[in-house]
Amino acid sequence: MPGPERLRPLALSLAVFAAFVTVWAASTRATGGAADLDPEYAALMGAQVTQGASAMPGPGEVAAKLWSHIRDPFYDAGPNDKGIGIQLAYSIGRVLSGYAMAVVVAIPLGFLIGMSQVLSRALDPYIQILKPVSPLAWMPLALYTIKDSNASAVFVIFICSVWPMLINTAFGVSSVRKEWLNVARTLEVPAWKRALTVILPAAAPTIVTGMRISIGIAWLVIVAAEMLVGGTGIGYFVWNEWNNLSIVNVIIAILFIGVVGMLLDQMLAAAARAVTFPE
Amino acid sequence: MSSNLISVEAIAKRYPQKGGGAVTIFEDLWLRIDRGEFVCIVGHSGCGKTTVLNILAGLDRPDEGVVIVDGKEVTGPALDRAVIFQSHALLPWLTVLGNVAYAVAAKHRDWPKTKVRELARRFVELVGLAGAEGKRPAELSGGMKQRVGIARALAIEPKILLMDEPFSALDALTRGTLQDEVRRICLTTEQTTLMITHDVDEAIYLADRIVLMTNGPNARIAEIVKNTLPRDRDRNSMHRMREYYPIRNHLMDFLISRSTALRDARPGGWDPRNVPVVAPGEPAEEEVPDTGLRAVARQRTAG
Repeated sequence: MPGPERLRPLALSLAVFAAFVTVWAASTRATGGAADLDPEYAALMGAQVTQGASAMPGPGEVAAKLWSHIRDPFYDAGPNDKGIGIQLAYSIGRVLSGYAMAVVVAIPLGFLIGMSQVLSRALDPYIQILKPVSPLAWMPLALYTIKDSNASAVFVIFICSVWPMLINTAFGVSSVRKEWLNVARTLEVPAWKRALTVILPAAAPTIVTGMRISIGIAWLVIVAAEMLVGGTGIGYFVWNEWNNLSIVNVIIAILFIGVVGMLLDQMLAAAARAVTFPE
Repeated sequence: MSSNLISVEAIAKRYPQKGGGAVTIFEDLWLRIDRGEFVCIVGHSGCGKTTVLNILAGLDRPDEGVVIVDGKEVTGPALDRAVIFQSHALLPWLTVLGNVAYAVAAKHRDWPKTKVRELARRFVELVGLAGAEGKRPAELSGGMKQRVGIARALAIEPKILLMDEPFSALDALTRGTLQDEVRRICLTTEQTTLMITHDVDEAIYLADRIVLMTNGPNARIAEIVKNTLPRDRDRNSMHRMREYYPIRNHLMDFLISRSTALRDARPGGWDPRNVPVVAPGEPAEEEVPDTGLRAVARQRTAG
């Protein structure tokens, strides 16, 4: 049984949720319809006019829709009507493939930059200029050169994930304590083995921190990228539902984007815990 | 020459200065150390004593001169010279046993893992850490960390043990017990050791010879003090011995005033290859020039 100290934040958390739902319900409640409407006109205008319903869905409506999504997340009824699970799977797939490519490029390159002053100074201007560019600015260039919208979205994820990992890896590698390297040198440990047995474990916490920042950014960017390229994915889903004027589905999408983002972050947080060492 | 395990020959270290020129930390430095000898270098900070040790370790290169260890010139770090770092320099992601095993595995590359861990365990026990094998460095006290550092250095069974102020970060009580351990281990294994220290009592307790360096820049070895305290000296009763205070006073005088005076004014006829050897513990003895080194060696093998 958790003690009262553990229960207090939980209780507060639930209270915040209850207050939020109450305010939400109150502010979206129907205010009662205009009584003396021509029935034909009323039939044309819908609930917003006849019952004073809010255009914003209330918590009950969202909960019901949420439940229907959870019950059947993977249905496929044509290009514009796919289950939210399918859309999320497309997005996660794009993020993971772009991210994986970024890992393959950024970590080895970051290692080299971190180990070589020359390389670090030589590449620094390029990194400094390219890093602040919004990844979506690359989209037209990607579409023009790759000529494939899906691959372009993956490329955009790659380009936004690469910088934090590159910079963190280079920093982690370059700031490995000299005395640890000296220990390995006095033991005649060959250079490649020094990189694996000293530099890698010493820099791992910094590298994983970079990976964690990258996955967060990638997940932020995928929504916008999919709004642009369209077709599939949670970003496209949001835009499509906006065009359908289904605010309920937009709210549900926001919820799912948040949950998936949290899960991705938590996975890398666990990885960070695994490689962190106390000093 | 054959009895000299280490021969430091005319080494110099200079650092370039802003606006041209170079600062000479030390130059024309000569030192010979015999097999099985325990030598301490004493001097103020900035005299380059750590640089001398790093050059011996192969971690730093002299700008002039060479260091010869067991007939071969030092060109880089090697497994025949183990270093105990002031900051213990344990790898924090490895356990106590892992840190020592890392060194063992580096020395015996073809050994299976069980054999490596077996030997590592022996050295962990040697420094009195049996039972703490699975702990991480962060869980250990400063003294225990340095014990691991000592175990790691000894585990490669080096020809020479190089210690850079290994106990200066420890409290007095812990320092004392670790000095006892080091003395016990070095005496029983006849380990050749060079230690940097600024603790006069530590030098008197541990060293056979104490090398005094003048202040830097342009530091040099001013003289070598022969420690005439009996070999079976004990840390707690050492100060009651007749030789103790003359030696201690000599070292203190050096550190307080002569370390600066001797840098600024070289005595006439001073030869960097054969710096004066003094034995302040023997009141009658005069300064013995060159032969002093040999005399110490002979005395050591006789006693």
